[in-house]
Order: sequence, then C-alpha cells, then structure tokens
Amino acid sequence: MNFRFIQTAINTEAARRELQDLGAGGYASFEGWVRDQNEGQEVTRLEYEAFQELAVKEGDRIVAEALRRFPVKHALCIHRVGSLGLGDMAVWVGVSSAHRGEAFDACRFIIDEVKHRLPIWKKEHYRNGDSGWVNCERCAAEPQHSHAADHQRIASEPV
Amino acid sequence: MSGGPIYGLILAGGASTRMRRDKAALMYQGKTQLDRAFELADRHLDKVFVSLRAEQRLDRTRAQRPMIVDSIAGEGPIVGIRSALAAHPESAWLVLACDLPFLSDTAVEGLLRGRDPNALATAFKSAHDGLPEPLCAIWEPAAAEALAVYQAAGGHCPRKFLMRHAAHLLEPADPRALDNVNTPEEYAQALATFDNLSPMQLKIQYYALMREQAGRSEETLETSAATPADLYTELAARYGFTLSREQLKVAVNSEFSDWSRRLAANDAVVFIPPVAGG
Repeated sequence: MNFRFIQTAINTEAARRELQDLGAGGYASFEGWVRDQNEGQEVTRLEYEAFQELAVKEGDRIVAEALRRFPVKHALCIHRVGSLGLGDMAVWVGVSSAHRGEAFDACRFIIDEVKHRLPIWKKEHYRNGDSGWVNCERCAAEPQHSHAADHQRIASEPV
Repeated sequence: MSGGPIYGLILAGGASTRMRRDKAALMYQGKTQLDRAFELADRHLDKVFVSLRAEQRLDRTRAQRPMIVDSIAGEGPIVGIRSALAAHPESAWLVLACDLPFLSDTAVEGLLRGRDPNALATAFKSAHDGLPEPLCAIWEPAAAEALAVYQAAGGHCPRKFLMRHAAHLLEPADPRALDNVNTPEEYAQALATFDNLSPMQLKIQYYALMREQAGRSEETLETSAATPADLYTELAARYGFTLSREQLKVAVNSEFSDWSRRLAANDAVVFIPPVAGG
C-alpha cells in the first residue's frame, strides 16, 4: 500500500527509509502543517476525519497514477486523522527517483490529487469559539454555488 | 433558473380505455398513482394541480386536490395542457401523466435543471425511440398560442407537436422512469417490479458535516428509494441537510458511484460532502 492513514504523529524518518533505492539519486518530500489561521480566522486546532475504506483505495490509485506518469522509483503518502494542534503535520508525501525534476513533479501531483479527490474532511476550531467544516459550511449558505468541480479539479493552490 | 414560476400539472382526465379501469386510481405501494405523482411534483414545486374533465369534479380519487378543469373543447392531453396555460398564463407547467409509476425524483430534478425557458417545452427523449416525451415535460407559457394553432388545424398529438416545434430535448435520466402502464398486463408487471424493489434495507454511513446534521454516524434503514439520488432526497427531508446534491459525491460499497445507479439490498451508501484533505 502506497497510501495510508495514521492516528498519531507521522514518523518521517521511517517513511523516508521506505523509499530508499540505490538507483535513486534523490528524494523530494512535502509536509502539510496545521496553520494558525485560515481566511481571516484564528485557528486553534483541527480535527481530521476520513472515509477510510474508500480513501485508502483512491489514495493508492493516486500514487499508482504518479508512478505511471513520472519516471520515479518509489512514492508514498501518509495522512493523519484525529485531533491536531498548531504546527502538527497532517500529511506527508515522499518520492524517490533517479533525477530531482520527476521527484518534485510527482510529489506535487500526489498532494494536489489527494487534496481534491480523497474523502477527507477537516473541522477548524477558532479562537472565538466557533468551528466549521472547511469547504462545507459556507457553500451550505450559498446553495447555488456548486463545489462539485472542486472534487475533480487538479488544483495548483498551495496547502 | 430564469423564466416565470413553474407549477405542476398531473394529467388525470384520461379515459383509461385500454386499462379498462381508472389509471389514476391504480394502487402502487399503498397509494393511488394520482397521489404518488402529485406528491412527487409537490416535493419539487410550490403549486401542483390535477387536470381533469368537468364530469370528474366530484370523483373521489381526484376531488381532494387543487384542480384545473378542462376549459377548452376537444380531447386528449392537449386540452389539459392548454387549460392550465389558460388558467395561469404567466406560469410554465411541469406536466406529468398519471401512468408513469416509475417516475422518480431524479427524473423530475433532471427536467427542472435542464429546463430551457426559451424553448416551447423541455422534454426527455424516449429511451425507446428517441422521440420527445410530452407527458413528463415542462411546457412554457409561449406554447399556448402555438398549441391553439395546432389544435385549430386538427392536431391532437402533443408528441407530434413537440417534434414540429422547437422543444428542448434531454437525455433520459433513468431509462425506466418513463415506462408507462396502459394495460392490465403492464400493471401486473409493474406491481411485480415494485415487489422486487421494495422495501429494502440499506446501510448509510455519515461523515463530517453530514454526520453532525444526521446526528449519527451510521444507520440501517428500510427504504423504497431506487437510486442514491432518491435516497438523498428522502434523507435530506428527514434530517434537513444543508448541502444540495450538486455539492456532493456519493459512494456505494466503498466505491464512487453515479447518482442514478440502481441500489440493491444491503448496499452501503456514503454521501461525500466537499472534501478538504491535506
């Protein structure tokens, strides 16, 4: 399995070792961290929730697609679920390959697809006591605004 | 959606000659077909009327509902449609025949979403011959005059009318939705189909916002919803979900699914609100 969930802190050293290959000249990784604010609100913590049965299948398909599209050696993605504090790592992607260009490209591809295809949700808790499911609460207030496209789009926005 | 209001019109003025019984009064799943069609339209529209002939005014099956009595001479469904257009000239009409027992929320939603208010009508193509289905269609106010001309020239077939005029045609949402029931044999087959369909048990799992709004993370329920789309309509009415179906995806048995897939007993269904991983 090239995609998995974890309930506790992600051990990046152990994950990185899974990618080692004598044919690899390098490795690129991406870490997504919990930020202290989002869209003008002060965030105090996040809760991640996933429909894991489907998400691991789809996550595995994303990594397999990356391995087909880019000439890389190995790729792995680990996503954390549960309650996370500021600065905690929510997601880790690592790719090893002969040359650096494909490693960066594959890494970018995987995180972009993960963000838009996997059934994972996050609830933000704010300094003022409010909380909200990201991408869900405001579109509920504007039902004419469809987010369906977001499910499929290959995004280029930063985490 | 542009254009004026849309009211519902359930056509119940037919003679049911081939059935040899009143088609509006045929029972499916414990309800008359008239009530089922009326309630279906009523879930999507503000006002729904029953179209009938003057001599049917006091008929028990029909009398409980707001009605539009034929006000125009002639025979057939065109008379009912023209009478409705004359009664509320500013309104478009979602017209539903009374012999479509498999008509679903998905089909009605598809018609409303696909409506072109600039055409004389919006209709599905028949799954059998590709021709317009005039009796599960939206008729626009502008159709009134063209229908009068057509009828004055001796025309009486709403399908031929839609073939000659600029109707906006949609691919059928669910091929079976427009199967009509005209004979005692077809009625028997339809009842057998319903026996096989319902009710069945489904397992629903809820995540994130859906879990909070449903107040539970899973449930097993008995339903006659044929598709995930129908199931969402049923559950959204029960739990007051704030997200519209267009904002969601759906999974059946842990794989992404079409909204129009036919559900089977013990399927596990998950509605997927907008995602936010990473």
